[in-house]
Amino acid sequence: MSELPWYNKGLFSSLNLRQKTLLTIGLTGLVLLIIFICGWMTNANLPTDFSIKMQAPSFQHPFGTDWMGRDMFARTLKGLSLSIMIGLAASILSSIIATLLAFLASINRACDEFVSWLIDLFASIPHILLIMMISIGLGKGAFGVTMAVAFSHWVNLTRVLRAEVLQINTSEYVLLSRKFGKSKLWIAKEHILPLVLSQIFVGTLLVFPHAIMHESSVTFLGFGLSPHEPAIGIILSESMSYLAMGAWWLAFFPGIALLIVVLLFDIIGDNLKRLIDPSEANK
Amino acid sequence: MELKVENVSFSYNKKRQILKDVSLSVSSNSVVGLIGDSGSGKSTLCKIIAGYISNYKGSVTIDGEKIPDKDYYPVQLIFQHPEKTMNPKWKMKKVLNESWTPSQELKDTFGLKENWLNRWPSELSGGELQRFSIIRALNPKTKFIIADEISTMLDAVTQVQIWQSLINHCKANNIGILAVSHDIDLLNIICDDILYFKDINNL
Ligand SMILES: Nc1ncnc2c1ncn2[C@@H]1O[C@H](COP(=O)(O)OP(=O)(O)OP(=O)(O)O)[C@@H](O)[C@H]1O
Ligand SMILES: [Mg+2]
Repeated sequence: MSELPWYNKGLFSSLNLRQKTLLTIGLTGLVLLIIFICGWMTNANLPTDFSIKMQAPSFQHPFGTDWMGRDMFARTLKGLSLSIMIGLAASILSSIIATLLAFLASINRACDEFVSWLIDLFASIPHILLIMMISIGLGKGAFGVTMAVAFSHWVNLTRVLRAEVLQINTSEYVLLSRKFGKSKLWIAKEHILPLVLSQIFVGTLLVFPHAIMHESSVTFLGFGLSPHEPAIGIILSESMSYLAMGAWWLAFFPGIALLIVVLLFDIIGDNLKRLIDPSEANK
Repeated sequence: MELKVENVSFSYNKKRQILKDVSLSVSSNSVVGLIGDSGSGKSTLCKIIAGYISNYKGSVTIDGEKIPDKDYYPVQLIFQHPEKTMNPKWKMKKVLNESWTPSQELKDTFGLKENWLNRWPSELSGGELQRFSIIRALNPKTKFIIADEISTMLDAVTQVQIWQSLINHCKANNIGILAVSHDIDLLNIICDDILYFKDINNL
């Protein structure tokens, strides 16, 4: 039990492992939901007030203010909720791609080789390069970034699902189902999908933090969301020009906030994996 | 109708041949027993007859015709291990109705309890699960049944009961049975004719 991560120790030691895991997932999910809803309800057009521009963190403005006097805390929340939204869309899309490809691979040998080739191809290109290329190709913006992140993150889940589907396809209940005259499509839907559903779900959550990180990175580099969007990547790249003037809070708090959100999603994904497949947990 | 196996030879790998020139035949409304040592290749022969293995030499035919593999397969194999033939994420109700919808009467004949239907496969015993496998295989489109040690997990009394129900149904519906077992006493009771695996396998 010494392998337990820090957030599963101490305070909650009276609960059993399953309860702790559930509690962790619940609490983490709640925090993220609050961040998301607060950010979502924040008005994107924050009031500008040049009389309070570039103020260091204080009680009124815990994250300080920017060069137009906008509250950085509100901007950060807004940016985080945008990131979560794009991350969610991209993760779901990438899981759909992974599922479709895994089932495609199970049709016949040629299809399987095609999917394996696609996996090798996409795995050999660095993520960030691929994302930049797709994003630029699709005209940047929220749509371009979502697509780019989705199309670069399906690889791992596809690998896992492909192996799983292959194994289920040789099981006696699937072979028997064929002898009952059931079609491949029916077998995929009724036999295989229920067995891989939990893996698809965990896979989606595990992609989430990567999706958020990568979205912010390309946006920061200028290949993602447009500068009008209240994204964390935009906030960070803007802050670069003010860092030299000592306005450290412009980059520090949004950066830390992004890291925390990513970490929280990572915790949820990890715990869920532990919950659904305990034997995999210590790998 | 007549199910004919002619000169079937098979090996999983080059090192060891399992079947050599095996021939046998089963006619509708008869029960043929097959007895043989463990590991001799009985299950392998069953899989060949029921269409699970296709890269064998020789032929398996019904009334001289190759068995079509597109739709429902008229030769149904009931497996040795029923738990492996059921999707662990399916309730027993769905498992039972996958092949066809059996009548209440048939379910009663095999002693299927109503409350089993709402459980998962892992919540039933091997003997209970095997009753489901047997009923599944009794689809009206079935012409022959290959029973590969289907009753090893049952006690002697239940074993005979289940076999009696199965044979009654098959006689009534003109279904032929090939019954594989180690148990010579059981085969003596239920079979019209008994084959010895080492006699038909020309290794
Ligand atoms: N998929 C496989 N690949 C390679 N060898 C196999 C495979 N399945 C079975 N064998 C081998 O073929 C031989 C025959 O196996 P089979 O299962 O047909 O025996 P059996 O007569 O049914 O035995 P039992 O009475 O114990 O069920 C065994 O030696 C087994 O090890
Ligand atoms: Mg066997």
